[in-house]
Amino acid sequence: MAQITLIEAVTQALAYEMRNDDSVVVLGEDVGVNGGVFRATQGLQEQFGEERVIDTPLDEGTIAGLTIGLAVQGMKPVAEAQFEGFIYPMMEHIACHAARMRNRTRGRMTVPAVWRAPWGGGIRAPEHHSEANEHLFTNIPGLRVVMPSSPARAYGLLLAAIRDPDPVIFFEPKRIYRQYKEEVPDDGEALPLDVCFVLRDGTDVTLVTWGAQVKECLEAADELAQQGISAEVIDVATLTPLDFDTIAESVTKTGRCVIVHEAPKTAGFGAEIAARLSEECLYSLLAPVERVTGFDTHIPLFRLEMKYLPSVERIVEAAQRTLAAS
Amino acid sequence: MSIAAKFEIEYLQYLDQDGKETGKEMPAFAKDLDHMVELYKLMVSTRVFDAKSIALQRTGKLGTYASCLGHEAAHVGIGSAMRREDSLAVSYREYGAQLYRGVKPREVYTYWGGDERGNDFQDAPAHDFAWCVPIGTQCLHAAGSALAFKIRKEPRVAVCTIGDGGSSKGDFYGAINVAGAQQLPLVAVIVNNQWAISVPRRIQSGSGTLAQKGIAAGLFCIQVDGNDIIAVRKAMEDALERARSGQGGTVIEAVTYRLGDHTTADDARRYRGEQEVKDAWERDPVPRLRKWLEAKGKWDDAKEEAWKAECDDWMDNEVNAYLETKNQPATAMFDYLYAEVPADLEAQRELVASLDRKS
Repeated sequence: MAQITLIEAVTQALAYEMRNDDSVVVLGEDVGVNGGVFRATQGLQEQFGEERVIDTPLDEGTIAGLTIGLAVQGMKPVAEAQFEGFIYPMMEHIACHAARMRNRTRGRMTVPAVWRAPWGGGIRAPEHHSEANEHLFTNIPGLRVVMPSSPARAYGLLLAAIRDPDPVIFFEPKRIYRQYKEEVPDDGEALPLDVCFVLRDGTDVTLVTWGAQVKECLEAADELAQQGISAEVIDVATLTPLDFDTIAESVTKTGRCVIVHEAPKTAGFGAEIAARLSEECLYSLLAPVERVTGFDTHIPLFRLEMKYLPSVERIVEAAQRTLAAS
Repeated sequence: MSIAAKFEIEYLQYLDQDGKETGKEMPAFAKDLDHMVELYKLMVSTRVFDAKSIALQRTGKLGTYASCLGHEAAHVGIGSAMRREDSLAVSYREYGAQLYRGVKPREVYTYWGGDERGNDFQDAPAHDFAWCVPIGTQCLHAAGSALAFKIRKEPRVAVCTIGDGGSSKGDFYGAINVAGAQQLPLVAVIVNNQWAISVPRRIQSGSGTLAQKGIAAGLFCIQVDGNDIIAVRKAMEDALERARSGQGGTVIEAVTYRLGDHTTADDARRYRGEQEVKDAWERDPVPRLRKWLEAKGKWDDAKEEAWKAECDDWMDNEVNAYLETKNQPATAMFDYLYAEVPADLEAQRELVASLDRKS
């Protein structure tokens, strides 16, 4: 079986679902003959035609509004926001309509749509191409916010997102689009939404993260192991609705937690997890919850962006502090 | 000088403001006078409904309400031209169109009375959109609907309505742009009632007509007397036929006037003169059609009185049904957020349930 990258897993999932469900269509800027600027939709227009792989006019609001109209009328659109920094013009349609349509109509109209967006920094891109803005969506009721961190999870979670009867924002960490390959069987098997994945068992500290930082956290866990510290690593995967039980269970066991994310610290999604830990797990905590995040600044242009992104070193130090506290 | 592009916009009117025919050959539907009586009756019942709505709001039985006074010809003209399988995406005052398509006054009241169940239309087509408050956004939902119909090769048309102010929004331009680029079966009707709350038409756009905005998008464009239901209906029929047969979309500008306030929360006396409103009443669409029907021997005072009495009974029935509607349980706020209540929301839902039991 061929080994594939995360972006190839996205393409594989789209192709699988388009083969098996005529109502699935892909739309966005450059998704057709060009196959997307990252090639996520490579070859799809050749296979499924211009009617199902639709190059739209260059207007994000148009893409978002069309997506809602398509979904309400029984299609399963997968829209691409070319970069997460260009998703802002889509937000009115996502927040005011996609997330509310089922509630507004008491279930008469629904929006089974997916918005895919390459997400995050670390690829030496121009301004507006490196944002981590998932927290702007996690506060919107009625949405699912999903972020894969490996080729297999990209495949399984994207299938689940397309099949989900409600709108899903699917952020793809572009820094790891081609970071490594793994075997991903094209068997149409979806992974569950609304659950966290425990990627590594540990007993001393829990590292909670999502997206591209999963790799840094796993590396940090390796380093910590060499120091005799056993770290559990959790990939949140679906940020909302959150599977807090899995996080709580782990932190109750380890007594220590480091939350790692790329987005700015203040009111980032890590703040929600830390608040929930203080509400529900305070008496199990042996040390203050640590957050290793982007800073409360704009992500710098690329000469400085690696200074902004959480590093293995910062994660290891935060974990060590939790150990030193008790 | 060489010319790169040239255009003209047709203006369509069959009845002048006194209900006299302008001399244009009447379209087929207008020769069916019994049908025209039905349309007139709906215009009257829409007006009765509108007055009742304002009365309900003024007596504290309804939330903010956007009156459709003066728009009856435009709205009934739109609704009556469409087929049931077509999809309608409105903003929030197109009641004449919606009543024609089966929306009940009790549903209007339920929604504007603070209860989402009003949007769960029982008799209107399930593919008609709910009221859409963010201005102009419904145009793109209609364009997306039209794209779905085109992909599935269904002979259906998506219709959106928007105001003169709404036609300034990017969503409107985006919708007509993609409709032109993709040859979508979309009919966008600008119901130009001259006022976007307090901002007059001249401040919205330097465009000579609002209809001609569609020229740049490659759509058919026409301006009609929006107080002449025959003109609105004819332009709609032509546009729907073109769209249904794959010949592309249309922008219709229906020129009318908002005789009432923007909503019950507005006071139009703050920003527009009495004379302008007085003049606009001279162009009132309802007496115009009545005079025409009377001249044809199809309507008279007795019929008017009898129909209004019927409308009053109908409204009493609808208002009673609305006022008897019990509140939803508070947990309803969770129950339609997703197909199933996510596990992580169960605790919040239970809290609301327990608070609800106490109150």
